[in-house]
Amino acid sequence: MNADAALRTSSTGAVAPVEPVVVTRPHVTIRGLSKRFDKAVIYDKFDLDIPRGKLVSVFGPNGCGKSTLINMIAGLIPMDEGQVLFDGMLLSDIKFGYVFQNYREALFPWLRAFDNIAYPLKLMHVPKAERRARVEKLVARLGVKLDLNRYPYEMSGGQQQLISIMRALVVEPEILFLDEPFSALDYEMTLFMREQLQRLFIETRTTTVLVSHDLEEAVYLADHVLLLSRHPALVADFVLYDAPRPRSDATLSDDEFVRVKAHCLEVFQREVRRA
Amino acid sequence: MKRLDPFLPFLGVIGLIAVWYVAVWNKIVDPVLLPSPTEAAIALWKGMNGGKLGIDFIQTVHRTVVSIAIAAVIAIPLGIFLGSSEKLYRSVEFVIDFFRSTPASAMFPLFLVLFGVGDKAKISVAAFGAMLVILFNVAYGVMNARKTRLLAAKVMGASRLRVLSDVMLLESLPQTFVGLRNGVSLALVIIVVAEMFIGSQDGLGHRVFEAQQLFNMPDMYAAIFAAGALGYGLNLLFLLIERRFVHWSGK
Ligand SMILES: Nc1ncnc2c1ncn2[C@@H]1O[C@H](COP(=O)(O)OP(=O)(O)OP(=O)(O)O)[C@@H](O)[C@H]1O
Ligand SMILES: [Mg+2]
Repeated sequence: MNADAALRTSSTGAVAPVEPVVVTRPHVTIRGLSKRFDKAVIYDKFDLDIPRGKLVSVFGPNGCGKSTLINMIAGLIPMDEGQVLFDGMLLSDIKFGYVFQNYREALFPWLRAFDNIAYPLKLMHVPKAERRARVEKLVARLGVKLDLNRYPYEMSGGQQQLISIMRALVVEPEILFLDEPFSALDYEMTLFMREQLQRLFIETRTTTVLVSHDLEEAVYLADHVLLLSRHPALVADFVLYDAPRPRSDATLSDDEFVRVKAHCLEVFQREVRRA
Repeated sequence: MKRLDPFLPFLGVIGLIAVWYVAVWNKIVDPVLLPSPTEAAIALWKGMNGGKLGIDFIQTVHRTVVSIAIAAVIAIPLGIFLGSSEKLYRSVEFVIDFFRSTPASAMFPLFLVLFGVGDKAKISVAAFGAMLVILFNVAYGVMNARKTRLLAAKVMGASRLRVLSDVMLLESLPQTFVGLRNGVSLALVIIVVAEMFIGSQDGLGHRVFEAQQLFNMPDMYAAIFAAGALGYGLNLLFLLIERRFVHWSGK
């Protein structure tokens, strides 16, 4: 079943003639998800498959329910109805990471950067020596050059967000959620952090769901762009973008990139107009 | 000019002493009521070095420290407990606010009946007043813990108890120190007042009162300054402890 998530969930003419992708079971299956806030129906019987080892960008109009979606998948807010399974397992059976937009309020200012990163391991009762070893391993693997003895408030915004991302990665999660992780950073830092995230992804190939309000960023980083419509949110399109990694500035002017981005924009504008 | 900045606070002190001298020399105030700064300083020095004032000072410090310690030991855990559930706090908020607004001096007779005229009554009134101030601040510190930070801990798999001990407790520390500083100031006020009136034999309040009764003005000013220095010093002490242990406060 579910041979290809991209085809199955696409409601309107998908762009790229989807190349025969390797048939794998989707990592995350979302079935019959419903959510309402008071009278506002945000999701009504929503279905989606998230492919394994891919980076899915979520893009859509303001307030359409992007945050609500990943927060429900990550168990931060309850869903009214429906089921989310990870390889057939429940959230409580898997390890996952979540990166908040507001790094200032997500990190613990009383802990040094190192202890912030190691905190989830502490919750898992990993002994101290092993915690140290695992953080150091992660640092080496990501090639991060940062003084981890500093406190978060002694670091720049980008450095702080990098610490939060490392905190999410240190448990070796099966899936990583990021809700507009770079939107509180200035442009220069955003560009830098995109590269960091891309490197992390190439390095770890962790299934990743990234909410972004920047279409260029969404496409640039994605294997699939999930375009949502509004009220209730539906999959407006699930666009494949399979340019090889690492992608670079040259990618941004690449024909295929421009075409995919234009297509996403068209779908987006259609959805905005419809509302 | 920047180099002079550290000396700015002394300007006010020098100004005050100068005005005082002028008032004394020109006899603007009756010399019996206002001794010269020199006389007051000598009385302070002598009193603190082997005089009665030193003993009274230590008594007041002792009572204030004991009362604030009792207040903190009760109020901090209770504040965390009440603050960890908004519903719980809302249900006791009125009672706390009511007694927080009640002048502690109005409680003296009650505590005298309960604890007798000794130290116990003084210390318990002060502890009671300080406790409410600390309690209120700790509970608010816990309730105002950053939602994102609590969610972050929760999403990493922290249990409720873990969220409380690893996040809420630390989140509330800056506010707890605000409570401690306000609490210690209030405790000192209550102790000094209690020492004046409730059949006391010692303490700064007693010293001020006795000096006034004997019309020994230099001694009275000396005792007032000793009390002022004590209040200022306690506040400073808590500020220093806060800077040391709550290094992230306000950042
Ligand atoms: N706790 C809540 N109570 C009531 N309504 C809510 C709540 N959280 C979200 N909503 C509403 O649900 C809708 C979806 O919110 P959500 O935050 O998921 O949107 P979003 O797509 O992430 O928006 P943005 O682009 O602004 O981040 C919005 O219309 C919002 O007003
Ligand atoms: Mg959002």
